[in-house]
Amino acid sequence: MAASSFIYAQENNFISYDQPLLGSTLRFKMVPIQGGDFLIGSAENEKGRNKEEGPQKKITIAPFWMSAYEVTRDELDVFLKDESTSQNVSVDAITRPSPQYVDLSWGMGKEGGYPANSMSQYAAIMYCKWLYQKTKIFYRLPTEAEWEYACKAGTTSAYFFGNNVSDLEKYAWYEKNSENTFHKVGKKLPNPWGLYDILGNLTEWTLDHYDEAAFEKITNNEFKVAPSLLKYPKTLKGGSYLDPATELRSSKRIHSDPIWNRRDPQIPKSKWWLTEAKQVGIRLVRPFNQPTEEEIKQFFKAYLNL
Amino acid sequence: MNKPFSGNNSRREFVKGTSLLAGGILAAPLLSRANFFSGSDDTIKIAVVGCGGRGTGAAMQALSSKQNVKIVAMADAFKDNLDNCHTSLTEEINNSIGALAKRLDVPEERRFTGFDGYQKAIALADVVILATPPGFRPIHFAEAIKQGKHVFMEKPVATDPAGIQSVLATAAIAKQKKLNVVVGLQRHYQNSYRELYKRKDLIGDITSAQAWWNNDGVWVRPRKYNQTEMEYQMRNWYYFNWLCGDHITEQHIHNLDVINWFKGGHPVKAQGLGGRQVRNGKDHGEIFDHHFVEFEYADGSILNSQCRHIPGTMSKVDELLVGTKGKIFCGAAHIKDHTGKLIYQYDTKLENNPYQTEHDELFAAIAKGEYKFADTENGASSTMTSIMGRMATYSGQVIEWDKAINSGIDIHPKVYDWNAEAPVLPNADGHYPIAIPGVTKYF
Repeated sequence: MAASSFIYAQENNFISYDQPLLGSTLRFKMVPIQGGDFLIGSAENEKGRNKEEGPQKKITIAPFWMSAYEVTRDELDVFLKDESTSQNVSVDAITRPSPQYVDLSWGMGKEGGYPANSMSQYAAIMYCKWLYQKTKIFYRLPTEAEWEYACKAGTTSAYFFGNNVSDLEKYAWYEKNSENTFHKVGKKLPNPWGLYDILGNLTEWTLDHYDEAAFEKITNNEFKVAPSLLKYPKTLKGGSYLDPATELRSSKRIHSDPIWNRRDPQIPKSKWWLTEAKQVGIRLVRPFNQPTEEEIKQFFKAYLNL
Repeated sequence: MNKPFSGNNSRREFVKGTSLLAGGILAAPLLSRANFFSGSDDTIKIAVVGCGGRGTGAAMQALSSKQNVKIVAMADAFKDNLDNCHTSLTEEINNSIGALAKRLDVPEERRFTGFDGYQKAIALADVVILATPPGFRPIHFAEAIKQGKHVFMEKPVATDPAGIQSVLATAAIAKQKKLNVVVGLQRHYQNSYRELYKRKDLIGDITSAQAWWNNDGVWVRPRKYNQTEMEYQMRNWYYFNWLCGDHITEQHIHNLDVINWFKGGHPVKAQGLGGRQVRNGKDHGEIFDHHFVEFEYADGSILNSQCRHIPGTMSKVDELLVGTKGKIFCGAAHIKDHTGKLIYQYDTKLENNPYQTEHDELFAAIAKGEYKFADTENGASSTMTSIMGRMATYSGQVIEWDKAINSGIDIHPKVYDWNAEAPVLPNADGHYPIAIPGVTKYF
């Protein structure tokens, strides 16, 4: 109780805080992202740009906190190992993922600050639901717009540090410097708003169902994406340790694909783990104005069908 | 025991004959592929025997192969398993791109249940997918080959030495009949492993190896009211050796198989240790939760093998081969010299889905009337390697290959029936007899 009242006291100041993870000694850092307007998408002359990154539209973003770092495996493990929560039960409102059939970190690292990887978007949202139960604070995945707004941090260049690709290695793990493996979070410089590894390392799940023509549908500065229980395709952002520089541009959009679970030998395939998404991870947001309990309930119902 | 190859050619063999004849007129223009087949229908008919998660997965991969295939029959001991499989396949097909729907055609009258359903399902097909718990593999494989069918069968191919001998005898007949057999040791069909294998000489002679399958373990299906002992064991099959072979056989076989493959043979003896420290409840049958085995090959090189099913412990599924000039790291898909310098890295972006490749290659061969796959001996050899390891950890003795494979040890029930006596029975408090090193004896 002491921990959460401490957080509420800070809330008025809208400053960064460390969220304790109950059942462990871990804390994860949340940084404030002030609300504002920005141009989503890339300029038509941006090098490496794809058509679905346009047309650029102005949208308004409400304030939120965002995790300074990608969610680590240490943190996710508190959920995965929470014996008080059922495991892989379809009728429970919150249930833990089944164990990984094989080690889906693929030997790249788990303990000591490595990012959590290979989870489905469903598992990521279930983690948020579990966090809500434990902390009473509504954490969720960022929308595509929130993610891009936070990543760009007021910039309009291809990357938040400009257009000079040779600077990328100072901020990101990508194809050229990763040595084919992801790295512990927070080892590179952050973006102007204090977000580490927002580009590179792991490509990050957003909440949104992917639509290549999404930006065309933006009106009144509002980017609305309806929840969809379809498993694919969902939007991801940021590029990964496996990707070339152009995939790490702030406006680059990618989407999930059934091929990401093709090597699950069983059917039905795991809804928790992806056999071929070792480059995929998560970062959380917390809206500045927490929705009501009922709204939160509806949210998880819409995204998890629970 | 097995009848020699009869003159009664299967349709698929007939097809093969036709395609060879057709080869003579290949120069003729606009010859459609259908011309290579007998009659107007070139559909390859498939029966699925064993409709659990893996059988369903294999069925989907068969359907996704590029050939004109159709699943026409299904068999499972349990009706609910079978129907769930059909439902899952239907959903999966609906989620897929393309017209796969017509490829699943299994009305009620072609769904066979019970212990003998497999015979009827096999009779309706050209190709059979065998994916029941491994204990049934020897008899199902024998039946499929007897009926002249091509086979995709999951690993392991048996759970005891008697089963291995049966499978080897059937393999010889399959060869005579030129029936393709693919065994689901999918690393043989995985690009990275194939590329590493091609370059194995970069590490010189292989002098030792390590293999791991350490993770949390698998599902448990607790006993339910009103189940006969046979039904309970069939449902909770992972924990009974006649059905599963213990996890050293059921899972770790993959890693042992890779070492055998790269070594070009099987070990000649084994000794090891193991037990059940954590997974030791009433619903955990008779299998161990950890094994550590030292396998010795004919040239004296050693494979250190470990497999563990204990939650919260280090998890690792991988193989490492050490040679005179370097090391092959299978999981990382690279080769290093002894100074740690990288001498080969497979581009993991080119990795395939080996489960799909197994089916793509098998069905392509069948469609062309080719005889290309005879995986059985290797599958039997790797299965026997794992069984030898289990005999070593259970007994605490040195187990020699020749003695073990010729031991005739048969752990199966005498009769397969829901009311038959199971080969292992619980004691009064519900626990099953567990092997005790130093006490358990095979020889």
